[in-house]
Amino acid sequence: MFDPGIGLSEVYMVAGMALVTFGIRYIMFPLSGRFRFPNLFARGLRYVPPVVLSAIIVPSVLMPDGQALNLKLSNPYLIGALAACVIGGLFKNLLLTIVVSMAVFLGVQWCFALG
Amino acid sequence: MSQSVTHFSQGRLSMFFEGAKDTFPLIVGAIPFGIIFGTLAATAGISFGATIGLSMFVFAGASQFVCVGLVAAGTAWPMIVLTTFVVNLRHMLYGATMVPFYKNLNPLWKIVLSFGLTDETFAVAVSRYSRRDGALDKHYYNLGSMVFMYLNWNLCTIIGLTAGKAFPEISQWGLDFAMPATFIGIVIPYLVSKPMWASVLTAGTVSIMASGLPHKLGLMVAALAGVAAGLAWELFVSVKKEVVQDV
Repeated sequence: MFDPGIGLSEVYMVAGMALVTFGIRYIMFPLSGRFRFPNLFARGLRYVPPVVLSAIIVPSVLMPDGQALNLKLSNPYLIGALAACVIGGLFKNLLLTIVVSMAVFLGVQWCFALG
Repeated sequence: MSQSVTHFSQGRLSMFFEGAKDTFPLIVGAIPFGIIFGTLAATAGISFGATIGLSMFVFAGASQFVCVGLVAAGTAWPMIVLTTFVVNLRHMLYGATMVPFYKNLNPLWKIVLSFGLTDETFAVAVSRYSRRDGALDKHYYNLGSMVFMYLNWNLCTIIGLTAGKAFPEISQWGLDFAMPATFIGIVIPYLVSKPMWASVLTAGTVSIMASGLPHKLGLMVAALAGVAAGLAWELFVSVKKEVVQDV
């Protein structure tokens, strides 16, 4: 299974990333008995998942090349995201949202690849 | 073998599979994402072993993609580890959110469940924990979500690695839209109150304005601005009866 071609710096990279990521996810549990979060902080935490995900979504949709805003209707990421918002808002069904918006995205991308 | 033991284990097993089932839509979204990761990693020059190692031991999609981009640009490993720290810092808030729910679990459970606190499993598990139905063993629900997510992510990585060798042009298909599509589907159910709308719209706007910041710091800035906007709306604009409901 393991490629003998894996380099030493790759081992450091994977190990470092794994330790850092696990540390971030775990650190609050051993700390939690020692102090209490202020009430405002605890209330703020409820906003974290939608807010973080939005901050990932918006640039990836409006700046697909990572450089410039692309608000044109020829931007398949934008059209796909609008489709996801409409379907998600109407039906509140995650699987349907993903499948339909992926289809819209690939359709738009295919159309503009042809034209 | 008493009856109660059987009863408990059945309850736990059904919780485990309920968690896996509720994560299914997110799994569907993660499939192209994982395949693309495997494909891109191979084309960026990351070895087979290191690519599998990333999915097995790091298990954090966004930072794995950033890692591929940095390796392709010839970045040294300490910088990649530092960037991973910044990109994944949001997971510290996920951990903080789970503290009250994991309070009575033993350390091994905490280690296993916190290893699996991805965006997807966090979103699914926190909404199950927050449902006040008195159900026991919600950690088995969380575990089911995590295990299903983990197996799928690693399987897709291997498929992507294999496919990337066979069809190098697969990375041009734009299947990376699966990530925003999935995340939009996760965010929409949260949008039930004005403070929540304010926080999400603020985060989206700031994420564009701060996108030029190095090392993906724009993500953290946008997230903090969004949380601040939600709290500010809650405190200064909303009247008492309009206080946000837990999702």
